[in-house]
Amino acid sequence: MVEITLPKNSKVEEGKTWPRTSHATHLTEFKIYRWNPDDGANPHIDTYYVDRDNCGPMVLDALIWIKNNIDPTLTFRRSCREGVCGSCAMNIDGTNTLACTRAMDEVKTPIKISPLPHQPVVKDLVPDLKNFYAQYASIEPWLHTVTPAPEKEWRQSHEERTKLDGMYECILCACCSTSCPSYWWNSDRYLGPAALLQANRWVQDSRDEATGERLDNLEDPFRIYRCHTILNCSKACPKGLNPAKEIATLKKALVDRQV
Amino acid sequence: MNAPHDMRTPARRVRGLGPARSGTADFWHQRLTGFAGVFLSIALIVIVLSMLGRSHAAAVQILGSPIVAVIMLLFILTSVYHMWIGMQEIILDYVHDDKYKFLSLMLNTFFCVAVGLASAFAILKLSFGV
Repeated sequence: MVEITLPKNSKVEEGKTWPRTSHATHLTEFKIYRWNPDDGANPHIDTYYVDRDNCGPMVLDALIWIKNNIDPTLTFRRSCREGVCGSCAMNIDGTNTLACTRAMDEVKTPIKISPLPHQPVVKDLVPDLKNFYAQYASIEPWLHTVTPAPEKEWRQSHEERTKLDGMYECILCACCSTSCPSYWWNSDRYLGPAALLQANRWVQDSRDEATGERLDNLEDPFRIYRCHTILNCSKACPKGLNPAKEIATLKKALVDRQV
Repeated sequence: MNAPHDMRTPARRVRGLGPARSGTADFWHQRLTGFAGVFLSIALIVIVLSMLGRSHAAAVQILGSPIVAVIMLLFILTSVYHMWIGMQEIILDYVHDDKYKFLSLMLNTFFCVAVGLASAFAILKLSFGV
């Protein structure tokens, strides 16, 4: 059944307030989810004060500043710091987004940060995305063909290529899938918006010759039909994509081949 | 899903029992009955309004007339089918324990069939006057 309350050992408690830097005048307050698998304690919310005169403008800058200047144990993923890699996806002030592309001034203070919702937590802001990646792998995100490979490239017209716009840009940050209530309740069987958007990217690719098999693989009351067009995915996507629309396109293809 | 005794790989868990190769019919029929419901609900409202303030005998006569009876039967058929799919979706969304899931899916079917048949029977009884 759906879990209405958190299990006892997951209840979030009030944590420590870390001392503010004495000479700083322009401070922003952060409330950050902390959980360490090794200390046996419940998750807790720690309070930090970031010296804005000494820190970049983005939420990720602040996290790095905290790690460098206040608390080196604060754990989070980050890499490209420019919205390309998808590593720093987290829940900032109730919205799943990338810490590197969200400016501190866009968010109301205190800035509340927690890991992506409804995924197992590895530590602090690091979610376990094994299931998410396995779902992506299950849609076989590569070109399937039966025609012998041409001597040069597989050809595609400009119009055919345009069909991939709005899908190829997905960076698999998991902001959409983890914002979806259907995914929260059924992530073991529902593929979620990210994997389905990627599935449509290959269904729509004019060079791919396995469209029917791809649709067969999706046609399931759980894999695709747990999507109820809630649209949290499209609202959350930090790249401005529209996974809900791509899922609707897939559903239309499934209906089209029947009627 | 990640219980300590569960040593299946993520790929094994995601692939599960494979795709059911179904669900599209329910999806399409849900929209079909929803679309039909728009018009049939308006017709239902008109029929109910036309009976306001009339005697029992007049109401029986209106509901028993062929066109009204057919519209009412269509409304019952589409709305019960719509209700059956809709409740099934909700059960699949929220009820994960197999025991409760199968039980609620059965109860949903029994309830919808019973409500549909009872309603259709009432209309037919009025229409045929037995």
